[in-house]
Amino acid sequence: MRKANRIITILIFIFLYAPMAVLILASFNTGKDITQFEGFTFMRYVEVFQDRSLLTLLGNSLIISILSSAIATVFGTFSAVGIQRLGPKMRKTVMGLTNIPMTNPDIVTGISLSLLFVFVGSKMLGQRNSLTFWTLLIAHITFNLPYVILNVMPKLQQMDNSLVEAAMDLGCTPTQSFFKVTLPEIMPGIISGAIMSFTMSLDDFVISYFVTGLDFITLPVEIYNYTKKQLQPKIYAMFTMLFLLIFVLMVVMNLLQLRQEKADRARKGG
Amino acid sequence: MSKEQTSNKELIRLKDLVMEFDGERILDGINLYFNDHEFLTLLGPSGCGKTTTLRIIGGFLTPTSGDVLFDGKCINDEPPYKRQINTVFQRYALFPHLNVFDNIAFGLKVAKLPKDEIQARVHEILDIVGLQGFEHRHIDKLSGGQQQRVAIARALVNRPKVLLLDEPLAALDLRLRKDMQNELKRIQQAMGITFIYVTHDQEEALSMSDTVVVMDKGRIQQIGKPEDIYNEPKNAFVADFIGESNILDGVMLEDYKVKFFGRTFKCLDAGFEKNEPVDVVIRPEDIDFVPPEEGHLIGTVTSVTFKGLNYDIIVDFKGFKWLIQTTDHQPEGATVGIRLNPEDIHVMHKSEYSGMFGDYSSYSAEYDELTEDAADEEE
Repeated sequence: MRKANRIITILIFIFLYAPMAVLILASFNTGKDITQFEGFTFMRYVEVFQDRSLLTLLGNSLIISILSSAIATVFGTFSAVGIQRLGPKMRKTVMGLTNIPMTNPDIVTGISLSLLFVFVGSKMLGQRNSLTFWTLLIAHITFNLPYVILNVMPKLQQMDNSLVEAAMDLGCTPTQSFFKVTLPEIMPGIISGAIMSFTMSLDDFVISYFVTGLDFITLPVEIYNYTKKQLQPKIYAMFTMLFLLIFVLMVVMNLLQLRQEKADRARKGG
Repeated sequence: MSKEQTSNKELIRLKDLVMEFDGERILDGINLYFNDHEFLTLLGPSGCGKTTTLRIIGGFLTPTSGDVLFDGKCINDEPPYKRQINTVFQRYALFPHLNVFDNIAFGLKVAKLPKDEIQARVHEILDIVGLQGFEHRHIDKLSGGQQQRVAIARALVNRPKVLLLDEPLAALDLRLRKDMQNELKRIQQAMGITFIYVTHDQEEALSMSDTVVVMDKGRIQQIGKPEDIYNEPKNAFVADFIGESNILDGVMLEDYKVKFFGRTFKCLDAGFEKNEPVDVVIRPEDIDFVPPEEGHLIGTVTSVTFKGLNYDIIVDFKGFKWLIQTTDHQPEGATVGIRLNPEDIHVMHKSEYSGMFGDYSSYSAEYDELTEDAADEEE
């Protein structure tokens, strides 16, 4: 039985990681055909860094994901604090409303945001091109917010409320006690919320496709355009690097969580 | 109701304090004053309103009606951070992201004191609570007793006029609790600060306080020195809550004469109506056995429990069971007599608590209940 379990586990991992392995392998292939490994080369990676347009696209993607996750983290944290202060009934309702956009199909979110932006832009503001960098940014902040709230809320709920009272007792105004006591306590939740929304934003294709203008294209959107033609091998190298970036971020996030759990256990045990 | 006035001046006064929460009355007209340098304890069972009273003084709750006066000024609307009062919280509420030094220095840093003064004051207070050398220790790496000391130091370092303590020893084991009781009393006397202490532990209250305030159902039942509360309980609730008591129905015939169990006894109480129905309290440790023929009352021993210092003996007098604590062993089933001297008898007015306490007919069951309650409070 145990042997069967182990085999199944191995099979699942192969199934999950085989596509990535094929991609990584392809990124080191000298030939253009992925069905044949002709020789090992780092050339594809060099090509990535020589391709100005590809680097611009990557830059665009990073700008959008860093900006949107940063803004979403700030707004999301304050929203979570506000939601936490609501009555239990109201809190449940608001949390439910916050969670729905996450389960909403991306294509629905994308098209409805697009319709909204076009409507507000051309009908109300009279713009000719209503889809721009700013609509893309707003869209990314919108879909990132729930992830931040979802990560921060449990930390707020775990926090001993007497800590805030202790801070006020020792002379802090409510604002001071938030920054000196609440913020450090919920920081692990904020960081994992930020990392999660950064990765969501970096790889988003569906929503971005509908809300971005011609002046600001992100990497996933442009790569989709490439696939209509022949996919160049340097794209594999780019993907491999993106995969590694996100992989590292996820490992960091998991390590942070592990450390936090260990500290919590130590606190309870003490 | 007045308590004995000490020479110190009045610092805090609570006037007609009422607190309602979801239509439920938690505090029902609290009138109380606290003197400078006083160690005052609010004592009562859980739900009696003692913690609510403390939180109102600390500024964490606003009373539904009534006033809190500090130095004669109404401070109802003053937030906690503006009051010259600090609190030691029940579960310490130490900041987990800071070490011992930074926890203690927290209030001084918020007040933006110069660095060298902060250093000096933190070290001075570490000395007083006996935690020198622990400055850089992380909070998680401290024992319960040490965390307790940090919590006290963190509050006292701000040199408040009043320190509020909300059951600060509840989470410690018995041995440590005894040590910390002495420690707290020593610190209070060394620093000359008013301590307002909340507890459900009557022994803790009696051994540490200058003044004890017994509370139940959101009302003050009695205010007084520990000795007075013990020796002269005002009603059946206080008599039962503070120590063990046998409480009997009686009639006050005239001054210094009370009748119960069909017999008239001399007592030291006066000032009652003629033939007023009263509650009579007899403390279990005040009763001595005599040979049956010499006794005022004759009864049968129904249970004997060895308690270390003494025996807890239950004696049946005409169907009413008394608890008697004595070093004089009597076997079960023995016929015994007891004599009651005037100073052993304490007479109280009837109250809403009459008939609820002081009967040991279900002695063992009551004991179990008591230990269970104590275990719950520990949680």
